[in-house]
Amino acid sequence: MNAHEALQTPPEVHAVFKDVHLRFGVHGLEEVRPDQAYVRVERDDAVTLLTHLQAIHGYTHLAFFTAVDRIEDGVFELLYLVHNYHLRHDLGVIVEVPREGDGCTMDTVHHLWPAAATYQREMREMFGVAFPGCPRVEENFALEGWDELPPMRRDFDTREYSERVYYARPGRKTHDTREHMKEKIYPSEAETW
Amino acid sequence: MVTGDMKHTVTAAAGRGIPNLDTRNQAHINDNDRLPPIVNGKAQFDLASGKYIKVWQGPQHPGITGNMSLELVICGDEIVECKTHVGYLHRGFEKLMERRKYIQCFPIVCRIAVPEPDFNEYLFAATVEELQGIEIPERAKWIRTLNLEMARLASFFMWLGGQAGAFGIGTQGQWTVTMRDYILDRFEELTGGRIYHMYMIPGGVRSDFPPGFTGRLRDTLDTCEATLRDVERTLFHNAVFKMRARGLGIIHPDIVDRFGVVGPNARAAGFARDVRKDHPYLVYDQLDFDVVTRTDSDAFARAEVRLEEMYQSIDLIRQILDRMPMTGPFFTKLPNVLHWRVPTGHTYKKAECTRGEYGYYLNSDGGDKPRRIYVRGPSYTHAVSLMEHLAIGCNIADTAGLMVSLHTYPPEVER
Repeated sequence: MNAHEALQTPPEVHAVFKDVHLRFGVHGLEEVRPDQAYVRVERDDAVTLLTHLQAIHGYTHLAFFTAVDRIEDGVFELLYLVHNYHLRHDLGVIVEVPREGDGCTMDTVHHLWPAAATYQREMREMFGVAFPGCPRVEENFALEGWDELPPMRRDFDTREYSERVYYARPGRKTHDTREHMKEKIYPSEAETW
Repeated sequence: MVTGDMKHTVTAAAGRGIPNLDTRNQAHINDNDRLPPIVNGKAQFDLASGKYIKVWQGPQHPGITGNMSLELVICGDEIVECKTHVGYLHRGFEKLMERRKYIQCFPIVCRIAVPEPDFNEYLFAATVEELQGIEIPERAKWIRTLNLEMARLASFFMWLGGQAGAFGIGTQGQWTVTMRDYILDRFEELTGGRIYHMYMIPGGVRSDFPPGFTGRLRDTLDTCEATLRDVERTLFHNAVFKMRARGLGIIHPDIVDRFGVVGPNARAAGFARDVRKDHPYLVYDQLDFDVVTRTDSDAFARAEVRLEEMYQSIDLIRQILDRMPMTGPFFTKLPNVLHWRVPTGHTYKKAECTRGEYGYYLNSDGGDKPRRIYVRGPSYTHAVSLMEHLAIGCNIADTAGLMVSLHTYPPEVER
C-alpha cells in the first residue's frame, strides 16, 4: 500500500487495531487498501478476538471463512474475513494451524455466526480441518462417499486421481499438452519454456 | 419422489445448535405439544411413527433454482426440517485455478454463476490487476460497468420469471425470459457469447462496441421497460401472488448479520447496504442512484426491491450510455501471459450482483498460478443456512416460492 492510501484509512480503524493488539496480541497488520486490512492472531485467542470484534467493534458480517494451504511451512492459514458496515471496512483475521496430526483443529464460531457452520463443514471435507462441536460438521457437503485425501489440500494430486479412477475411451489419442503447445501453437515461444 | 426410511430418526433444525430467532417459528416449535420430544436439546422425529415423511425436492425439480436438492421432513404439509444438499453441478473451480496460469483461469471463472457470469470475470480481473498494479483505461471502466448492469438486468429477468412460476403464474415468466433473451442478443453482439461472455479480461475488455450497438441497446431497454411495466401491473397486483408471497419467509432483521444475509434479501429487511454505494468500484461513484429498501422482509418485499432495482438498472445503463467516452483505449497491454508471474500478496474485491455481495479473494505466492482463489457467492449462505432456517414451519407448496425469493444460484455454493 502506498503512503497516500495509508492516510485514508479511517482513524477509528486504527483505534480498533490498537485495541486488539493490546488485548489479544494481534500482530502482522497488513493494510492492503484503506477499506481492507489483515491481521494475524494465535489460535487460542482467535475466537475471543472475533467475539470482541463482533460485539464491541461492529464487525458483524462474516463475509467468508476459508483456508490457504501453505504446505511448504506445514500449516493452514485460516482466514476469517469480517466486515464493519458502519466503518465500511473489511478485516481479515488469519490463524495458523498445523496441517497434519491432532493439531489440525480449530474452535468453532457457529455460535457467533450460525452460517459459519456451513463454512466449517466444507473445510472439514475439503481441507481436513476439524471443528469439534460444530453442528453437522461430519456430514457430507459437496462430496459423497469420499475416502481420499481432502481434495483442496495441495498435496492431493488431481491428475493422479483422475488417471487412477477414470479412463479414456478406447481409440482416443492423448497429446502431452506442453509438448503440443510447444510444437504446434507457440513454436516461437518454445525456447523459453 | 417420496422416500420414507422407517428405521431412521432425524434431528430437527432446532437442535442443530442454530438459535431460532424468528419469533413465529420459535412459538411454533415451543408451544405445539404435538411436536416430538426433545432429547439433549434436539427434537427427535420418529419416521416410523408415520407422522412424518421425508421428501426430496430436487436435484431435478422445477421448484429448485438450478441443480441442488432439499431434504425435507414434513408433518402433514408443513416442513419441520430442511437440509440443503449440493454437489450435483460442475464444481472444483477453485482447485482447477490453482493448477492453471492466470490467463487460463480467465475463461474458467464465468462458469461459477451461470445466469450472471460477468461478476466472476470482473472480480477475477480486478483482483489480479490490483496485485499486479495494473490501472485499466477510463473507457474500459465504463464498458465494464455497462456490462455488469446488463448482467444484473438479465439475471433479474430470469429471477422474475422464476418467482412468478414458483407460485403457478406462468405467463409473466415467458415474457421475462424473452426479455432476457433480447439482452443476451446484445451480449452476443458485444462479446460473441450469449451465456458465457469471457469479455472482461485482466487489463480491460476484449473488444470495442460493434457499429450501431448503443442504438440497439437503447431500443432493447425501451422494450424491456415497457414489458416490465406490464409485469408490474399483472403480477404485483395479482391476488394469488400477493396472498402467497406476503408473509412468506420473513427474514427477521436480527438474523441478517448472523446468517450473512446480503443484497436485496437484506435491503428488504430495511438495511440500506449496497456495495455499489458503500465501496464504489469502476464508475459507480459517477452515477446517480439510490439504495432501494423495504421493511416487511417477506417474499413480496424482496420482489418489490428487485423490481425497483430492475428499473434502476435500466436507468443506470442509459446514464452510462449518455456519459461514457465513446472513443479511447479499452485495454492495457499485459505482460506475456504465458510467463506472467503475479507479485506476492493477497486481496479481496467485491461487487454488488443481483443477489448481493459477490467477492473474490486472491492469494498469490509470486508464481505463475494462483496459490488460492476463494469465491464468495451470496448463495452460499442464502441457499444453505438461511434456507434451512426459513423453511421450518413453511407449507411444502411454498418451498419453491421461498427458495426463489432468496434468489440462489447453486454453482456459487459448490465452486
